Amino acid sequence: MSHFSLTAAVNYFFNYFLMKGVLVTIGLTVAAVVGGLILGMGIALLRMSSNPVLAGAARLYIWFFRGTPLLIQLVVIYSGLPQLGIKFSVITCALVGLILNEAAYLAEIVRSGFMAVSAGQREAAWALSLSPWVTFRRVTLPQAFRLMIPPLGNSINSLLKATSLASVISVEELMRRSDMLMQEHFQILEVYAAATAYYLILTSVWDAVQRRLEKHFGRSSVAKSRKVATAAPVTRASAEARA
Amino acid sequence: MSQTPMMTERATVQPQLREVPAVRMEAVYKHYGDFTALNEIDLKVAKGEKIVVCGPSGSGKSTLIRCINHIEKHDEGLIYVNGVELDYQRKNIDAVRRDTGMVFQSFNLFPHMTVLENCTLAPMTANGMSEAEAEDLAMHFLTKVRIPDQAEKYPGQLSGGQQQRVAIARALCMRPKIMLFDEPTSALDPEMVKEVLETMKKLAEEGMTMLCVTHEMGFAREVADRIVFMNEGKVVEQAAPEEFFKHPKSERARTFLDQIIH
Ligand SMILES: Nc1ncnc2c1ncn2[C@@H]1O[C@H](COP(=O)(O)OP(=O)(O)O)[C@@H](O)[C@H]1O
Ligand SMILES: [Mg+2]
Repeated sequence: MSHFSLTAAVNYFFNYFLMKGVLVTIGLTVAAVVGGLILGMGIALLRMSSNPVLAGAARLYIWFFRGTPLLIQLVVIYSGLPQLGIKFSVITCALVGLILNEAAYLAEIVRSGFMAVSAGQREAAWALSLSPWVTFRRVTLPQAFRLMIPPLGNSINSLLKATSLASVISVEELMRRSDMLMQEHFQILEVYAAATAYYLILTSVWDAVQRRLEKHFGRSSVAKSRKVATAAPVTRASAEARA
Repeated sequence: MSQTPMMTERATVQPQLREVPAVRMEAVYKHYGDFTALNEIDLKVAKGEKIVVCGPSGSGKSTLIRCINHIEKHDEGLIYVNGVELDYQRKNIDAVRRDTGMVFQSFNLFPHMTVLENCTLAPMTANGMSEAEAEDLAMHFLTKVRIPDQAEKYPGQLSGGQQQRVAIARALCMRPKIMLFDEPTSALDPEMVKEVLETMKKLAEEGMTMLCVTHEMGFAREVADRIVFMNEGKVVEQAAPEEFFKHPKSERARTFLDQIIH
């Protein structure tokens, strides 16, 4: 077996067992993004609060989860916590680890997005007697979100690949199932070629989604430059599509 | 017997009601740390009066008018707007903000909304107007500032002068009784200053109560009933325009006028 079998690689690519692993990878990513965004927004709010205790707690959280490897976090949750009598299912352990970790990154992204919206926007909203909720929902959030998309996209790309670490705690996602196939058939290059192709497809699809999001939310052009703005003429129809 | 006291009561209450000033500030202070940005400000603005606030940079002009709609919180003293005291109660702050419209130096239009959406957001969400009503109202004021044809554009697609006129229309859509302007033409290219000042003159002619921070002395001469000159957080001088320009009382006002006129 001193050669690379393309046929075998293609067979692994269409292997049902591996495909199910891909679905688990996608599921882990989506759940971690959603959970991470919700938790991350909460942490970002605490971090921006004027209460020094709350802001300090949020900073401590971010410092801890960004300062330690996800791998250790997963192993501690999976193997370490049972020592204290705290036991979750494998998939719960993976989700808890991924969400806690991702939230730390997303909190910083959310915070910097909101900080980049100028104070003048909020002042204009107050001067117009907009309620705090309307100010947040209609004025600050859309502008902050637009600024968050590029770093958010990068973070999700990293997360997609980081889900492979869950294989270490025996979650049967794409990486783990590749390992299993490999150990069964010893076609190392062929199996990992199929897995690599899947990761590339997933990250490329996400790239395309991210580009579309950027285009969609960037259309109204927060940009000061009039050249940029007039390059994207806006019709009534597209304005309504956005609403 | 029961009628006479009521009559006298009405007779005494009514003239007072008529005299409620648009803005009344009494011994107002504002500090930033150790720095005193407003130092014992006393100011009364009658309904319909047009005030131009001027003074050197950093003298507290912006702080003064931003305290009037509570975008900046004053530390001491009393501020009444149309008889409502700004006493940190949510409902009073809200009432005052509904009575006042503000125009900023940097426009502060919402960049992600069309001109029309900028104008309809507050009437729809804060006043519960229907979309159709709000759009009619917005078009009315956009026509008044002479840019109805830009309604579907985004702020970034407009010139500075157009953006500032949209900002004025957006404020007017809440039907304020007092308009506050903080250097509305300072960020504009010279050729666009006039269109904004014309819009402001029109508002003045319609009887709007206005407080304008501006260094446009031509506008001040033509429109202002009174000039308020500030320096180092204090109101140093208040006078009718002719008097202020011809015979400034303070040395500081004289040097200030020399600097901006030459
Ligand atoms: N948020 C703030 N923090 C600290 N100092 C401030 C703040 N806002 C204004 N100041 C200071 O208060 C003074 C008055 O400011 P401002 O009212 O903006 O002056 P003007 O509008 O007359 O130029 C300035 O010296 C300014 O540096
Ligand atoms: Mg100023």
